[in-house]
Amino acid sequence: MKDFALLIKDLDSTNSTNKKVKYLSEYFSTAEPKDRLWTIALLSHRRPKRPVNTTRLREWASELASIPLWLFEESYHIVGDLAETIALVIPGEPEAETISLHQRMEELIALRSLPEEEQKEYLSNTWMTFDHYERFAFTKLLTGGFRIGISQKLMTRALARATEQEEDILAYKLMGNWTPETTTFHDLVYSDSKEAQKSRPYPFYLAYALEDAPDQLGDPTEWMAEYKWDGIRGQLIYRDGEIFVWSRGEELVTDKFPELEGLSSFLPDGVVLDGEILVRKGNTLGSFNDLQKRLGRKTVSKKLLEENPVFMMVYDLLEWEGKDIRQRSQKERRSLLEQLLRQLPDQQDLLALSPLLPFNSWEELSALRDGAREAESEGLMIKSRQASYGVGRKKGDWWKWKVDPLTIDAVLTYAMRGHGRRTNLFTDYTFALWDQGELVTFAKAYSGLSDAEFREVDRFVKKNTTDRFGPVRQVTPELVFEIAFEGIAPSSRHKSGVAVRFPRMLRWRKDKKPEEANTLNDLKAFL
Amino acid sequence: MKSQLLRFTKKGIYCPPAGVYLDPWRPVEKALITHGHSDHSRWGHQQYITHHHNKPIIEHRLGNINAKGIAWGEDLTINNVKFSFHPAGHIPGSSQIRVEHKGEVWVFTGDYKLENDGISTPWEPLKCHGFISECTFGIPAFNWRPQEEVFDDINTWWMHNKADGRTSVLFAYSLGKAQRLLKHLNPDIGQIYTHGAIENMTEILRSFTELPPTIQITKDTPKAEIAGNLIIAPPSTHGSVWLRKFTPFVTASASGWMAFRGARRRRAVDRGFVLSDHADWPGLLQAVKETGCERVIATHGYTEVFSRYLREEMGLDARAESTEYEGDTAEEQEKVTSDTTVE
Ligand SMILES: [Zn+2]
Repeated sequence: MKDFALLIKDLDSTNSTNKKVKYLSEYFSTAEPKDRLWTIALLSHRRPKRPVNTTRLREWASELASIPLWLFEESYHIVGDLAETIALVIPGEPEAETISLHQRMEELIALRSLPEEEQKEYLSNTWMTFDHYERFAFTKLLTGGFRIGISQKLMTRALARATEQEEDILAYKLMGNWTPETTTFHDLVYSDSKEAQKSRPYPFYLAYALEDAPDQLGDPTEWMAEYKWDGIRGQLIYRDGEIFVWSRGEELVTDKFPELEGLSSFLPDGVVLDGEILVRKGNTLGSFNDLQKRLGRKTVSKKLLEENPVFMMVYDLLEWEGKDIRQRSQKERRSLLEQLLRQLPDQQDLLALSPLLPFNSWEELSALRDGAREAESEGLMIKSRQASYGVGRKKGDWWKWKVDPLTIDAVLTYAMRGHGRRTNLFTDYTFALWDQGELVTFAKAYSGLSDAEFREVDRFVKKNTTDRFGPVRQVTPELVFEIAFEGIAPSSRHKSGVAVRFPRMLRWRKDKKPEEANTLNDLKAFL
Repeated sequence: MKSQLLRFTKKGIYCPPAGVYLDPWRPVEKALITHGHSDHSRWGHQQYITHHHNKPIIEHRLGNINAKGIAWGEDLTINNVKFSFHPAGHIPGSSQIRVEHKGEVWVFTGDYKLENDGISTPWEPLKCHGFISECTFGIPAFNWRPQEEVFDDINTWWMHNKADGRTSVLFAYSLGKAQRLLKHLNPDIGQIYTHGAIENMTEILRSFTELPPTIQITKDTPKAEIAGNLIIAPPSTHGSVWLRKFTPFVTASASGWMAFRGARRRRAVDRGFVLSDHADWPGLLQAVKETGCERVIATHGYTEVFSRYLREEMGLDARAESTEYEGDTAEEQEKVTSDTTVE
């Protein structure tokens, strides 16, 4: 595993994308094939199930570091990453180890079914044989999310370079329903089996955000527009009588949306649709929270299915009659898509066509955008009529033009220290609005201020702390901030009765006194 | 028994029987100063008393002040309170201040580290009843490697950059860290260039510390001459027009925070070296043990966590006090008017 840990260290030691690709492709050229396969799996969200729960990990690590559990927890809170905290607090003498990555992965898979005492013994012994980066990389394999700043796209580029293949073709091969136990490096990268092809999605084409008005896009007749739906981007595949649903994170989510399998009774075979999965609430759309409930549960109960039924708002056709049609123009794909939807039975409610918005000038489009929120969308999508379906985030053919965020002035009431480098500063804040003379918490935010502003607020927090609850400090309600957010929905889990999406600090309203902040009723007016 | 010898007030740490302050953060009459970083030696006091080596440093930083130098261990008795300065090992000229009154002894550390850095007079343990300690890195996630290993890494990094035809830029605050790096860089690899702010401070420290030669970068320094060599620059020059002129270059930061992966990425430097002028977790615990103290007051850093550990695991009477010292944060955010010294 030494070479894998060294790879992580090298990747960590540079901000240059070119260098990262170079390090990865060197690794893909020199590592054992089984290790390469595991590395691809780990960097494409195919980590095996967590073998040990994190509570145990914390207990065992603090025991090994000879520190009380509370001190481990405080350190974890400050460091912000469990694997990193474990790597930092446990002492260890690196040993010349010869166990490779894939052997470690097999050990970890086996670890899952061992009794707790044996798990503890294995981990305690193993942790102590590592140096810092080995311990970090190894522990990352055990804990959630292997986020090390390497996107799947970057990994694919490096692999393409190491194996001398086309990046797009390789990206396509790496998708689908494989694990390191069901394939080999050679089969995955060099061959292309029928079975592997069946469930495989196409790489999603992603839109860029439009910063200014769309005038820069030139002739409006070259473009088409739709609403931008606030759901889960998905790809629906129907091949050989089987339905597969993929989320944008390239995760197979078919089992989360069992009603969509009903499409197999009337879709023609060899079809791949691109669209947005949304919750239907009578004649209106459910909120993002409703959708999240569908994703959050291990098993989807009958009740949940009835309360939050989903459908797919489709806007693109990538495969038709079993053929990849991504090279055809947007216009052609759209007309085939419309033709497909016309063929479906009238009473079906699993697919809906995302309507095209007619416009003759950019001014007209701008007016449509102003009405986007009323149409239950978060803005517009603008697509080039002539463009083929791209790969990844290729700039220029698809643009998203979101509505301006909603904003409200709120009072800072609580603060917590940030993570990592910001750990000396109070940078995570809670905000409140007035409700019958009292301040009611409605959102948390930790971004949007400059470093200098964060330092100034930090000084304020340190001097105006009125109470402490563990790491949280209550402060004198004095500072007012303009909080921006993308959407709002009623919520019983929040004291305020509403949940806002993506709250962030737009600016510090030094000109406002706390009593001039908005009320909860002002916020509810957005509902 | 609550001690009346030292009190935490709005202006700073105050000694009522002597009427003096230790590292005060508001203007006072008489200030005893541990070291030259801006959060410990502030502007506006009527008199500054500090170690001989720190005197020229604060005069450089604060301009026309009334400062009096004192030697290590020299007695300074004010109203029957005996003060003395002892090496803190943090940066050149940094002291701990020992305060004795009617047999009661307190030590205020300012900032300190236990490892001998080669340029500062090394830290010295002092027996005391009460210990007022910093704890900038007071959680067990911080365990420094011996500095030789870190400097081997830094010199290797420089060598590789040179082989790649790139200039190495090391970010370091101008007082302490810059000279510590300078002292241990291998001059056989190439020339060491400095930003003006660093050169000025280095010049002052040269009067009592031996340091390798440096070349200050001026507007007349030809770019080609610097290529492949090493530049020591203040962190605030990161991303500046001044720095861009030396492209192609690679950047690195040397700080205790570099122990965190996220810190290096947020700082957007190519490389992070874990090197601090503050005590790490084992260092803090060792220092507390060697003083033999019964009471500890933690002043800045992870004060709550550190004092809780001392209370619960070491049975000491420990607490946190809030001060306006900022530890590494102040040191790293020093403002440098990069262009006036260079253009
Ligand atoms: Zn300092």
